[in-house]
Amino acid sequence: MSAAGTDPDAERAAFRAELLASGLLVQAGVDGLYHRSGAFERIVRGVEALASRAAAGHGGTQLFFPPIMARDAFERTDYLRSFPDLAGAVEVFRGGDAEHAALLLALDHDADWTELLTASEVALSSAACHPLYSTLTGTLPEGGVRYEVQGYCFRHEPSIDPVRMQSFRQHEFVYVGEPDAARAHRDEWLARGAELLASLGLDVAIEEANDPFFGRAGRMLAANQRATALKFEITAPVSSASSRTAIASANCHESHFGESFDIRTADGLAAHSACIGFGLERIALALVKRHGTDQARWPKPVHEALRA
Amino acid sequence: MEETIRKVLAEYARLGVDLTSVDREADLYTLGLTSHASVNVMLGLEDALGVEFPDDLLRKDTFRSIANIEAAVGGLGPAEG
Repeated sequence: MSAAGTDPDAERAAFRAELLASGLLVQAGVDGLYHRSGAFERIVRGVEALASRAAAGHGGTQLFFPPIMARDAFERTDYLRSFPDLAGAVEVFRGGDAEHAALLLALDHDADWTELLTASEVALSSAACHPLYSTLTGTLPEGGVRYEVQGYCFRHEPSIDPVRMQSFRQHEFVYVGEPDAARAHRDEWLARGAELLASLGLDVAIEEANDPFFGRAGRMLAANQRATALKFEITAPVSSASSRTAIASANCHESHFGESFDIRTADGLAAHSACIGFGLERIALALVKRHGTDQARWPKPVHEALRA
Repeated sequence: MEETIRKVLAEYARLGVDLTSVDREADLYTLGLTSHASVNVMLGLEDALGVEFPDDLLRKDTFRSIANIEAAVGGLGPAEG
C-alpha cells in the first residue's frame, strides 16, 4: 500500500481511511479519538495476554487503573514539567441554581460554558504507571516490588495519524526498589519485549527515546535524556513506512518517583524504579498494518500467539 | 559571580549539602542534582544573572560543577529584550 518515498502525512491519512473503512476504528468526533470495534479489541486483548504470559508468573501484583487519578499524585509525577502541552485535568461544575442558569444560557448561545467549571481533585493519567507510585509511599520490602499494571492514558495531541490517539492504553511491568534491579528490569524487559513483538512478524528496532519535551526547559531535559540513555523505545513502521513509531518503551526513572512519592528501600534510601510499557493500541495498529485489516487472513502463528 | 551561582544552587538544586562550602570542581550530579532540578538551576541562573543560555550550552556538562557554570556564563552576553 505505502511505497517508500511517499509523503508520511499522506501515508498516515491513507492508513486512517483504511482503518475507518474496515470498521476496526470508528471516528469519535475529534482528531485522535476513536471507538474500537470488537475485532480491534480482540487484538488488543491478545497482545495484553501475550505480554502477561511473557512475565511467566513474575510480573507481580496486577492492577487495572481508571483513566483518572488524584490530582495531587499527578502533580508529583512532574509530568507538567516535561509535557504541560500534553496533560489534562478534570474540571467540574460546582455552582448553584444561578450558575446553572448561566451555564445553560451560555450553552444555548454557543458561548463558552466551560468558564463556569472549576478544577476538581482529579486529573487524567498521562502514563499507566503514574497512579501506582502514591500507593507505595513508605518503606518497601527487601528486594523491592513488582507490578503488572494497565490503564488508559491521555495525551492532548490531536492528529490525523491513527497511532497518535488522545486516549489509549499502556500495559506495563513496573519494578520499584534497588537501583541495580531497576536497571536490570528495564534491560530484561526491553530485550523480552522486542523479541515478543518480533515474534508477531513486526519489523522492530530498539532506539534511544527522543521525547518531545516542552519549551525552553524541555531542551535541557531532552539533552539530559540523550546524555543519560535511560529510556529506550521499541519501534516499528506503523502509519508510515519511512517514519517509525514507538510501540513500547522501557524507562529507568532512577530515584525520580522514589523521591517525589517518598518511597524508600529497606535500607532507607530513595527507591529507584523502572518500567516497560506496551502501547496496546499502537501494537494492534502495527499488526493491522503488517498483516492486513482482515484478521481471518493473518498467519496462523500470529493467531496462536494472540490467543487471549 | 561564584557567589550568585552558589545562591541559585542553594535555592534550586535540592542537594543535601552546604552550597557555600562545596568545592567549585565538585560533580553536582554525583551530589544528587537531578535532571528536573538542573532545569530549575538553568532557569534560576538566567534570572539571577540576566543571561540566556544558547541551545548548545543546554547540556548536562554545563551544569556539572560551579566551575563549569562559571565558565559557561562567562562566555555569555546579556539576554536580549
